[in-house]
Amino acid sequence: MNIINDYIYYFGAFSLIFIGLYIVLVKKNLIKVIIGLSILDTGINLFLITVGYKKGGTAPIFSEPGLQASEMVDPVPQAMVLTAIVIGVAVLALALSLSVRLYKHYGTLNLRKIKELKW
Amino acid sequence: MRKLTAVILLMIIAAGTAYVLAEIPFGSTQTKIGDYFNKNGVEETGAVNIVTSVVVNYRGLDTLGEITVLLTAAIGLGMVLDSSGKRKDVVKREPASLIVYTGCRFLFPVIMLTGFYIFIHGHLTPGGGFQGGAIAASGFLLMYLGCSGKRINTRVSTVTEVLGGIIFIGIGLAGLILGHDFLFNFLPKGEPNTLFSSGIIPLIYVAVGFKVGSELAGIIDNLMETGE
Repeated sequence: MNIINDYIYYFGAFSLIFIGLYIVLVKKNLIKVIIGLSILDTGINLFLITVGYKKGGTAPIFSEPGLQASEMVDPVPQAMVLTAIVIGVAVLALALSLSVRLYKHYGTLNLRKIKELKW
Repeated sequence: MRKLTAVILLMIIAAGTAYVLAEIPFGSTQTKIGDYFNKNGVEETGAVNIVTSVVVNYRGLDTLGEITVLLTAAIGLGMVLDSSGKRKDVVKREPASLIVYTGCRFLFPVIMLTGFYIFIHGHLTPGGGFQGGAIAASGFLLMYLGCSGKRINTRVSTVTEVLGGIIFIGIGLAGLILGHDFLFNFLPKGEPNTLFSSGIIPLIYVAVGFKVGSELAGIIDNLMETGE
């Protein structure tokens, strides 16, 4: 039981990361690969937040008196993930726009076929 | 074959990460720097939300870099989608039903207001420029999906985006001009937990909010109006 308590969140985060990696490595459809990248992104964000957690900690906001600084979770990973999520959206949009161009050029989104075609 | 290779590769990576993570059980870690920010953040920056003070004040230069990444992605997207020369005429879409249209017109101001609220109160409550900007952009996405035919004014969004960036850098340079470091918090910090507190943090976060919101709205505009 202790093992589950200690590692279940890592397990969840890394499940997402590995599902994303597997999709990127195996799938042929470009849209599916982009979805895989997005899942990978989510898993990494979840992992960063998990690493910064402290048992019984609260959010690092002194919104009311009586909150102790020593009971708060680590703010640095949260600050990084905050910007990483928005950047993830923008990069996802960039990847989708590239796939739009690829489809217009080749008429297919199958990566194996695209590799065989000439420019 | 490909699947087998992928699975073997992933298992090797999984074994490596499990070996490392076994040393740090969940909820036991606390970096020294995080501890320092929690203990001294309110005193040093005046913002009660420590995450905001880390994003805008302690790591302000880093945030400027992240905004640049966002800008680069937006520029790249615009170039990739527009490189075919003339933008094709907008495809005729089915007009949305009356319920969707009315609901979208009703919800749009509410969503914008929520977004603005979140990025103005970034130093007091959970939230800030990035989240508020993303919410405002989701309002524009709703407008594109629901009120068919309406578009954002790309010139206004570009000007807002540029102004947001200029204000951020300008505030940073003002710190230099006044004889301190880049992005120094030169304004009075005021009483913590009030709206007008913590010096330059709310100003920068409002600028970031406008920048992120207009940038994401521009991305949505580019993606929706590609034609074909």
